[in-house]
Amino acid sequence: MRTSRRARLGLRTVALAYLGLLLAVPVAMVFYRTFAHGIAPAWAAVTTPDAVHAFWLTVVMVAIAVPANTAFGVAGALVLVRRRFPGKAILNALIDLPFAVSPVVVGLALVLVYGRTGWFGTWLADHGIQVIFAPAGMVLATIFVSLPFVVREVVPVLREVGAEQEEAAATLGASGWQTFWRVTLPAIRWGVAYGVVLTTARALGEFGAVSVVSGKLAGQTETLPVYVEQAFQNFDLAGAYAASVVLAALALLTVLSMNLLKRKEVR
Amino acid sequence: MFVLLPLAAVVIRSGGDGAAAFWASVTTREAVSALELTVGVSLATVAMNVVLGTVIAWVLVRDEFPGKGLVNGLIDLPFALPTIVAGLTLLALYGPKGPFGLSAFAFTRLGIVLALLFVTLPFVVRAVQPVLIELDREMEQAATSLGAGGFTVFRRIVLPNLTPAMLSGVGLAFARCMGEFGAIVLISGNLPFKTEVASVFIFSQIESDNVTGAAAVSVVLLVVSFVLLLAVAAAGRLRARHED
Repeated sequence: MRTSRRARLGLRTVALAYLGLLLAVPVAMVFYRTFAHGIAPAWAAVTTPDAVHAFWLTVVMVAIAVPANTAFGVAGALVLVRRRFPGKAILNALIDLPFAVSPVVVGLALVLVYGRTGWFGTWLADHGIQVIFAPAGMVLATIFVSLPFVVREVVPVLREVGAEQEEAAATLGASGWQTFWRVTLPAIRWGVAYGVVLTTARALGEFGAVSVVSGKLAGQTETLPVYVEQAFQNFDLAGAYAASVVLAALALLTVLSMNLLKRKEVR
Repeated sequence: MFVLLPLAAVVIRSGGDGAAAFWASVTTREAVSALELTVGVSLATVAMNVVLGTVIAWVLVRDEFPGKGLVNGLIDLPFALPTIVAGLTLLALYGPKGPFGLSAFAFTRLGIVLALLFVTLPFVVRAVQPVLIELDREMEQAATSLGAGGFTVFRRIVLPNLTPAMLSGVGLAFARCMGEFGAIVLISGNLPFKTEVASVFIFSQIESDNVTGAAAVSVVLLVVSFVLLLAVAAAGRLRARHED
């Protein structure tokens, strides 16, 4: 289409102005607010005991949820692509369900299963295991909401590479594990890596589901996003902004690695 | 198992006191107004998304300007940024304490739409962009050489090719809007009957121990999101067949 120069400039202005007002300026604003009085107060705001505890709890969530979902994601993608079984189309649609379900509903669902009055509630209480209002429930919530990312990234790559090399390896006498480690995994590694980055981002930032199951006990069951909300509600704006900046910096890092990985994938 | 069992628990709990109780829970005035508001703001958001998302995708594919790579990279930021940070971010700029001292956004429906626009920005852009890259430009050139104007070419040739991608982006964005919580909870003020969306309503019902009521409204959301997912999947299959 030979678009006139004026139309093109117009569209460019609209697009950039919209992105600026919606994305760039607000994010820059939070950075500005945080560091408006210098670095020392911001540093003090993110190193309160509760904030530090929230940060490490978030790291623990990520450290459990990401490996769990990576293993599940690769296995799930292999089953979805390489096997045929009845109900495959339904399973395929169900995998995406955690994306479409409201995080609050996810939290409620976990309470109804693992909570005090939930399905497994009595059994868990008898064995002295607390899931809801405890880190265990928060891990479950985090795993739930970030479940589909690795599957979704690996499925198209598996389709693309096809099964020929795996079959060749098998005819040459490689065992299932050997084929997986030597042939399949190297072929899908960038897809897996991309999925891992997305999973990490979601696990770091999950708020809705975690806040339902956590009980939001300061210094105990607060992740960094929950800490941001609690600080804001308690009029501790400096703390809320400073913790937000930590999360925003991690998000920018995520976006950067996404772009680098995409470039690798294309190559 | 891990996904379905908890969701089944929600469905069963919502119907635990009989169909009449379920119906009573989803038709309380507060629940109805929350659901209506959620659908309303979601529709407004995806309508904006279709237009501006397509414009952004078009600019990123067909236009050249310095810094384009950076802009392209930033599109994914709303997916990576924790939703609560997104809400706080928008409040910092557009809230009453922001540099413009705007109170038109904070604690209003406009603010909710703003938050939803932020979190759903990438859906339409990322759905349309690859199709636009693949689109054969000879068709457009042929139309132009036959005397069609820029707008006619877009409407008659580009738009029909983009429609399936736009729809799948819209479906995903709409599902996200219906369930969004983190980005909204700070900016909306959560006034019942005014700015309380469904997810916030469910949250407040859980906090006040009305679990059955929370489960009932959750089921409504679950049904909507499930139908949307199936529709998007069906649209994708249709497109795949069309391409074959």
